[in-house]
Amino acid sequence: VRKRVFWPVTIVAAALVGLLAYGIASKGTNTTLDTALAKGTRPKAPVMALPRLGAPGKASLADYRGKVVVLNVWASWCDPCRQEVPLLQRTQEKISRQGGVVLGVDTQDATSDALAFLRDHKATFPSLRDRDRSYGRELGVTGYPETLVIDRQGRVAAIRRFPVDQKWLNQKLPPLLAEKA
Amino acid sequence: MTRLLVALLAALAVATPAAAAAAQPSEADLEQQFMCVECGTALSVSQSPVADRERALIQRDLAAGKSVEEIKADMVATYGKDVLAQPSGGGFDLTAWLVPALLALAAAGALIVVLRRWRGAPSPAGVAAAPALDPADARRLEADLAAHDR
Repeated sequence: VRKRVFWPVTIVAAALVGLLAYGIASKGTNTTLDTALAKGTRPKAPVMALPRLGAPGKASLADYRGKVVVLNVWASWCDPCRQEVPLLQRTQEKISRQGGVVLGVDTQDATSDALAFLRDHKATFPSLRDRDRSYGRELGVTGYPETLVIDRQGRVAAIRRFPVDQKWLNQKLPPLLAEKA
Repeated sequence: MTRLLVALLAALAVATPAAAAAAQPSEADLEQQFMCVECGTALSVSQSPVADRERALIQRDLAAGKSVEEIKADMVATYGKDVLAQPSGGGFDLTAWLVPALLALAAAGALIVVLRRWRGAPSPAGVAAAPALDPADARRLEADLAAHDR
């Protein structure tokens, strides 16, 4: 009996361990972009068509090819995002004349809350809606806000896994804006 | 008979609004059915800012008189299907239902095997009896016991 029971029990236990490993791996943080940047390379930025916030249709990073994109992941319920958004709006006003754009990715947020947030802060930069964080997972997002700077060729040139400040933007943006498409 | 009919009608009149009230879920009931999408915990126990927003959406929908299914659809449209406490999709989501069912089956199978083995084991009554004493030993034992009793 012991021999007859051993293999089925072992197989079931192995299947459960495999399932657990898959569950952990699928929920884990994607660090591909950070690793590539740490090696000094510029990885291709993930592209996903997402609904435009407050406007019809969808858009993606592909629509901004040729521009330097400050891709900011935010949510209206995120307090640090509230503090950061005036700087992002000023950045948008500055870089839009130099072939750059601030593109928001509003995450897990009610559309009405998100639009009210932008209106309250007089933010006019475009945003997309990542309702279930599927794009955020591809970007390796672990918290809010986070910002990725995408060069004119659609590659990730810098990542900030916490709120940006003027110093960081001054350091990252001018060289990228000076690059040709 | 008439009295019985009147009593039944009165009971029905009282029970109908109560049943209708039961069909309208409370906010607490609904919170059990959703997750906090950021913290991965049940909405009913989460205190995060996004959980507060989720609760606000539920309150708005309840105030608008939406049904449970409509509220669920609204929550999924806003936060994605991870907001549901019970996965509803196919594919990998099915494991949430299949694994407990398979484990229950395996446990039942193991129980059957164990019970069968218990039933097949020799009972104390079935244990082989000790060899009988020969007549001389039996007489000596009887004599010893009789001496002990005196």
